[in-house]
Amino acid sequence: MITFILKKLGKLAALLAAISILSFILISYSPVDPVRSYIGAEISRISPEQQKNIEQYWGLNQSKPQQFLQWAKALTQGNLGTSLIYREPVSEIIIDRFSASIALMGLAWLFSGVFGFLLGILAGMNEGSLLDRLIKSYCFILASTPSFWLGLLLLMFFASWLGWFPVGLASPAGSLTGEVSFADKINHLFLPVLTLSIVGVAGVALHTREKLIEVLNSEFIRFARAKGESGIKLFWRHGLRNISLPAISLHFASFGELFGGAVLTEQVFSYPGLGQAVVKAGLGGDVPLLLGITLFSVIFIFVGNFIADLLYVVIDPRMQIKPSHD
Amino acid sequence: MTELISKYLPLKRSKKRNRRKRALTFSVLGVILLLILVGSGFLIDTQGLVVNFDEANSAPSWSHPFGTDWLGRDMFVRTVKGLSLSFWVGLLAAFISGVIALILSLLLLVNKTLDSLVTGLIDLFLGVPHIVALILISFMLGGGLYGVIIAVALTHWPRLARLLRAEIMQIKNSEYISVSRHMGKSWFWIAQHHILPHLMPQLFIGFILMFPHAILHEASITFLGFGLSSEQPAIGIILSEAMGYLSSGMWWLAVFPGLMLLVMVAVFDSLGRNLRKVFDPFKGQKH
Repeated sequence: MITFILKKLGKLAALLAAISILSFILISYSPVDPVRSYIGAEISRISPEQQKNIEQYWGLNQSKPQQFLQWAKALTQGNLGTSLIYREPVSEIIIDRFSASIALMGLAWLFSGVFGFLLGILAGMNEGSLLDRLIKSYCFILASTPSFWLGLLLLMFFASWLGWFPVGLASPAGSLTGEVSFADKINHLFLPVLTLSIVGVAGVALHTREKLIEVLNSEFIRFARAKGESGIKLFWRHGLRNISLPAISLHFASFGELFGGAVLTEQVFSYPGLGQAVVKAGLGGDVPLLLGITLFSVIFIFVGNFIADLLYVVIDPRMQIKPSHD
Repeated sequence: MTELISKYLPLKRSKKRNRRKRALTFSVLGVILLLILVGSGFLIDTQGLVVNFDEANSAPSWSHPFGTDWLGRDMFVRTVKGLSLSFWVGLLAAFISGVIALILSLLLLVNKTLDSLVTGLIDLFLGVPHIVALILISFMLGGGLYGVIIAVALTHWPRLARLLRAEIMQIKNSEYISVSRHMGKSWFWIAQHHILPHLMPQLFIGFILMFPHAILHEASITFLGFGLSSEQPAIGIILSEAMGYLSSGMWWLAVFPGLMLLVMVAVFDSLGRNLRKVFDPFKGQKH
């Protein structure tokens, strides 16, 4: 068990190192001039000497490997640098933004998991029926739906037309942090969470359906049927145990898609989360923030995959590492 | 007994054949639909793209089936043009990613070090959220249309590579390969004559199924504002522009372009699944 965790941590370290090198190379060859993007429209107001000074101050005249080593050294000390757009330490922005994103992603993850699982069970138990075909085509259509378009439609219908929900942001415009009530937060979260949940259902549902059909074709199910069990009782006793672990595990392993969906959804609803920050960083040439969020998202996905693997080892007795016979 | 068998067997067989035939019919229909979509992008009159304030903000009608935007541009023309751009981006991405996936997975045959390098690279790419990888690459290329195209093309190979690698792993240990090896054939010769023919169906279907992903990602990243400028007709641009006009009640700006994109992606997706049934009946039947 401990070796398993250590092995995974080693893998994470290797992954982070490789990704930081690769993304550093990618970014350092960008034609986007950091000084220019830092100063913005007022670039004409400063003299070339001042530009040189800024470059000197940032160490842009050093060689690329030197720049990388400096950045990596600061990184290992927990210093991710300062964001150019927000003028705040990157680590603070990430924590701040992520706490907004996690509410969105967590709720959507939970809802899509529960509904996807239920739909998958309904389809799998009635394989070939009209219900099954309906659920299946619903999932296939969902998989082809651009999530941001779905968000736009929901926004148009519920916020603009019916006026039930606010058009964007995480709290009413112009209010202070302390004044935002819980109801306000829920009100602002509802549509983004709905969008992200609807999109996330397809994968879980299709996987659960397939797995359940596979289980239902096995011999122990035939035996149970021969004993006279059927319907919900059969499913409860023999089906659920066999399909729940793979489904939960798969759902944990889908953090990458969740993150991608959140980036798009946050953009549609102008929700101030991590996804919106990474888009702003990419568009505004904010290198420290872009690198910081990239590394953070890698850790985020890794945690999901790690939990998925761990669940098998911890819960499923068949997967337990057998003690050696000595 | 024999009577029973003869009663049920042909019935079952004919049913199966129908299933494959149906898949083939659907595939042909899908290809025709896609040809119409892409062909009309070529042939359509670009007159509708000209700014025309007399007809600005008009709702869908017979002369403008998808309505017009605030500059009086015909939304139908913009949508069709955008879809044809999406198609070309998808084609290029699927082709480049397919080639990368094939070459990298074939490195499995060369030696172990190269193969573990490849698996490392696959893990690396799958470890970053796809959108973030797209943003990083298009940032490196300084944005623009080419930045978007290259970013989409370079990031879709890992899943296919993983699939092909597993397939090669299976074939590699089969008897006829080791016979061929003992007869002194090189790995290159074996890859060419014994392995590639096996991979063809997987590769082809992987190629088709890469389209929907690539098209959706292209639309997503242009929607986020990377790359294309607003004169270029792309579905992502159209939708991000439509976002500013949501509260004005101009629903047609967002509904139709997005719906057309969905149709195109869904057609590609069902084409891929139907072709799998045709080419690989054993695996295809399970889905």
